[in-house]
Amino acid sequence: MTTARIVGTSVPRMEGRDKVTGRARYVDDMVLPGMLYGATVRSRVPRGKIKQITFGPGIDWTEFVIVSPRDIPGKNCIALIEDDQPCLADGVVNHSEEPLLLLAHPDRHLLAKAVEAVSVEYEPLPAIFSMQESEKLCQVIWGADNIFKSYLIEKGDVDAVWENADYIVEGEYTTGAQEQLYIENNGMIAAFDPLQGLTVWGSLQCPYYVHKALVKLCNLPENRVRVVQVETGGAFGGKEEYPSMIAGHAALLAMKSRKPVKIIYDRMEDMAATTKRHPSRTRHRTAVRKDGKILGGEIEFTIDGGAYETLSPVVLSRGAIHAGGPYYWPSVRIRAKAVATNTPPHGAFRGFGAPQSLFALERHMDRIAEAVGISPVEIRRRNFLRPGETTTTGQSVQEEIDLGRLLDRALEVSDYHEKKKKFATENPPGHSKKGIGIAAFLHGAGFTGSGERYLGSVVGLEGCADGSVRILVSSTEFGQGTNTVLCQIAAEALELRYEDVGIAQPDTQEVPNSGPTVASRTIMVVGKLLQSAALGIRQTLTASGKLGSSYSPEEFRDACRAHVAEHGTLRSLARYQQPKEIFWDEEKYRGSAYAAFAWAVYVAEVTVDLTTYSVSVDDFVAFQEVGKVLHPVLANGQIIGGIAQGIGFALYEKVIWQHGRMQNGQMTNYIMPTSADLPAIRVFFEELGNVHGAFGAKGIGELPMDGPAPAIINAIEDAVHVRFNSIPLLPEDIFDALAKPGVPEIASSSARGQI
Amino acid sequence: MSASSQDPAKCEIAFTVNGQLATVRVHAMERLLDVLRHELGLTGTKEGCGEGECGSCSVLMDGLLVNSCLIPVLQASGANIVTIEGLASDGRLGVLQQAFLDCGGAQCGICTPGMILAAVHLLNKKPRPTLEDIREGLSGNLCRCTGYMQIIEAVAEAGRRGAAT
Amino acid sequence: MRAHPSEYEIVSPHTLSAVLSLLAQEPGVWLPIAGGTDVMVQYAAGKLAARKLVSIWNLPELRRIELSADEIQIGAGCTYTDLSEHEIVNREFTLLSRAARWTGGIANQNRGTIGGNIVNASPAADSLPALLVYEAELLLISARGERRVPYTSFHINYRETQIAPDELIRAICLKRRFPEYYAHARKVAARNAQAIAKVCLAALGRFADGFVEDIRLAVGSVAPVPLRLTATERAVNGKRIDPQLLQLARTTAASEVRPIDDIRSSARYRVAVAGNLVAEYLQQLSASEMKT
Repeated sequence: MTTARIVGTSVPRMEGRDKVTGRARYVDDMVLPGMLYGATVRSRVPRGKIKQITFGPGIDWTEFVIVSPRDIPGKNCIALIEDDQPCLADGVVNHSEEPLLLLAHPDRHLLAKAVEAVSVEYEPLPAIFSMQESEKLCQVIWGADNIFKSYLIEKGDVDAVWENADYIVEGEYTTGAQEQLYIENNGMIAAFDPLQGLTVWGSLQCPYYVHKALVKLCNLPENRVRVVQVETGGAFGGKEEYPSMIAGHAALLAMKSRKPVKIIYDRMEDMAATTKRHPSRTRHRTAVRKDGKILGGEIEFTIDGGAYETLSPVVLSRGAIHAGGPYYWPSVRIRAKAVATNTPPHGAFRGFGAPQSLFALERHMDRIAEAVGISPVEIRRRNFLRPGETTTTGQSVQEEIDLGRLLDRALEVSDYHEKKKKFATENPPGHSKKGIGIAAFLHGAGFTGSGERYLGSVVGLEGCADGSVRILVSSTEFGQGTNTVLCQIAAEALELRYEDVGIAQPDTQEVPNSGPTVASRTIMVVGKLLQSAALGIRQTLTASGKLGSSYSPEEFRDACRAHVAEHGTLRSLARYQQPKEIFWDEEKYRGSAYAAFAWAVYVAEVTVDLTTYSVSVDDFVAFQEVGKVLHPVLANGQIIGGIAQGIGFALYEKVIWQHGRMQNGQMTNYIMPTSADLPAIRVFFEELGNVHGAFGAKGIGELPMDGPAPAIINAIEDAVHVRFNSIPLLPEDIFDALAKPGVPEIASSSARGQI
Repeated sequence: MSASSQDPAKCEIAFTVNGQLATVRVHAMERLLDVLRHELGLTGTKEGCGEGECGSCSVLMDGLLVNSCLIPVLQASGANIVTIEGLASDGRLGVLQQAFLDCGGAQCGICTPGMILAAVHLLNKKPRPTLEDIREGLSGNLCRCTGYMQIIEAVAEAGRRGAAT
Repeated sequence: MRAHPSEYEIVSPHTLSAVLSLLAQEPGVWLPIAGGTDVMVQYAAGKLAARKLVSIWNLPELRRIELSADEIQIGAGCTYTDLSEHEIVNREFTLLSRAARWTGGIANQNRGTIGGNIVNASPAADSLPALLVYEAELLLISARGERRVPYTSFHINYRETQIAPDELIRAICLKRRFPEYYAHARKVAARNAQAIAKVCLAALGRFADGFVEDIRLAVGSVAPVPLRLTATERAVNGKRIDPQLLQLARTTAASEVRPIDDIRSSARYRVAVAGNLVAEYLQQLSASEMKT
């Protein structure tokens, strides 16, 4: 056995060559013969009854395929958790940009004009746009009380902690909507043949989610619906559930016209109509002892789900479970709810509720520190979870994580103490102020609680006729490295070379359902199943006498070839079994929420320019414990990319709403950082391993989203001594705070400079 | 070659793409981006925003980096266009493309063609760019996946390896 | 793309006189398009009112820079890259070359033109405050002839200029008399590159023996047109630079600008930052050694 180690090295990206030569084929690069182009007529009011639809002059409507709710063969819904979201609004609209009708035509350029020529008369209904209006039931727009879902997490006896508290610290923190802003807009092609059935190709994360939705919408048998993921230009959660909607639209047009139909959104449509990160509001009330130890607290976590339920219960769940962060809470009560407003439904975006609740918590920790008169470093150190202690859901920390050490390393590398002192004494009056801030956090990998068991993911590995090995999963590549790392895992497990392994295109006709590519689960959960499947292949070959217990890659190749020649196939499937130690009570919302947590401490250094009130992030240090790093370059890329999005979340990316519609839906006025805006981001990994993950890996895709915003806002507070509790924090907000008298400033004396 | 002002029909426009003469019969106000992608099948150049902000549609026109979504094809008449497809010759990767692979400069890949062309343009002007030069040179190309660092490293590395176009 | 290319006509005559004839034949019908970095955005959004376009891209008569002893004539068809790479523009008109480097990214700088920037007349345009402080003159040309117009009176109102329907800007003339001046420009925007200005300042000044000898201040994005802060200049000119003057300058500037709330920023922010930028300039001026 002479194969060099593959896992742990930075092998070439599997599909990298195609990407750097322009040969990678994304959905808009595909053309099918006779293809039509599709477009969507959308609501211009946030809530109302549809009174009349008129097809205006100047368009030859006979040339168009027109699909209305009446054309839907199955159920008019986009099946997800509930079936409340219509595929096409029928009679009533509940948000701006809600789809009403679909049009298709061979001339792509004619569609925009045709969409404009459809006029819709509404009887407007009063609409609500904020969580507050929704809670107050100014209008009831969903269910009986506007509440999509609520959770209650309780631990210990919260009501008893207030009496013995030396300090009671309260705070309210809010986060705004954030657009995923994948550079490739949503797109889908559908084709229908009465015998073959329906096929869709698209930019998507979860082929089987789309499959399930199409089966219900189009009333087709499961084996007559085929979903194929093509090269996807960024997703970040924005293509987790939304593709089911656009796939449904393309499918309906294809079924009616019997021609292939391509729908590609332009940027304005994609921004205005598709999902964004859930806006949130978190209220903390915490009982603290004079030495800084948290005795207990109440956390109220509310998110705005938009007009339909979609994935809000799951976002809520993750946000609620993460609301206590990496700290030991002897008792806590977390009340979480997701409420409805008349805005386009909010959805999955990297972090999925955790960036929201962790922003609040990590801001709140600094507030607690200030109230108690202890440093932000010490307040965290004293409250960190230790091995054997339990989380807010009562999950015992099983691994030897030393968060204090992680913190110390981060502080050392970022030169935190020196800088904090230096900034405090050197911040001159006027011009600019520097500050440094910390965030400590965790991120659970995989689906929550019994989610993985419910998913029952299946992973396949097959030996091919030429002796190579091919991975069969529905897990998708969209930049994060799925293809590469899964191939590394299979090659390592089979003791082959990286080049001996390939991976099938995610095509529901070809691959089993390994679950959605979300929740930072792919390498950890799917990768681990792949290891099992590899073992299965090996066992089959050795059992048949074709392979010894140790072998060279060439010998494997020969054995595989021979086996396939003899038996026709060589295939191994592995199905997820939940480890017995992971027990979760869905009703009480207690137990082991996640199979593994990654842990992190981030440090941000900022300058606040008092001439322009803008903030620049000058240095960023990211320390995380992630199990095992399977591919250093890809892992670094994930962390840096996530931090860049987190910086955007904190300082740049504001969705401007008017009557429930995004007003700044263009790249010129929805601001994401350019290469000129980001500092060098310094990334460090600690590796403890993980028994539940492939080769010890934990999930890392979402982790980096949780830390940057609170670290930065903490740093800004350090710089200018103003308490900001809301993001995105724009220069205009900083100006308003500094200009107003009676601003919520901190009482601390020694560090206060002149503003 | 221009369209008659009496008859806004299609007209013939010729230019060079990746060293080859291309003649297309299109409306003169078609965007160069669409002509490259649909008429010539060169789908390596992408549309990310349609407003010249993201740089995914970047090509070289007469040696200059431009956003092809903002160019009416009539203005490309007689020009020398280079797209991403024109960079790799005989199936071998250029130095810059290899550096992108080695440093993790491409994740989802959608910004990559434009980003590579922007880097080519930069390296042509500044063969050994500083980090600041690279940041500025790529500031018109948006990447949502990488946070730019590994792209910047790739360009710096390509400079060190003597990338020449 | 929300426009149908078949509904638009674009022609590209080879000479300036051919373009001018066309504009004279049907004034107001043909929209000149140079680099297209503004026009094509409107077109793709389905918001371009004009249906006929005449390309003036790369016309040699428009894309040259001519020097005489006392004046530089910058062709209106010069791109931002042309400006930022020109030795004399960099040396003697640094505010303009700096603005050129701030406008969009490299790709847009390679196509956008100074003439287009002026005629598009966005009050947020990066180059326009520089032209105001350099007291540019515009050479406007038509089939009827040529006229010279002081730039300070060119903008009448929001996106409304003195240019006649049959006219083009041929060149921008700048007098070469600012070598002794301390030049400073600053753009405040949502990010460090590829961003429309929330506020931008271009400033020229001369400072000697503690006193302001001459000062020109122009600000973008604080009024319907790019604005020369004449009242602030009067308040500051000839005075000693001290903390009281900085405060006076700040408050005078704040009262002189009249920004609005819009999708990018708030009026009150713009007022405050405009004042801060002016004060910052004066501080720098007093610390300068009369360098440009």
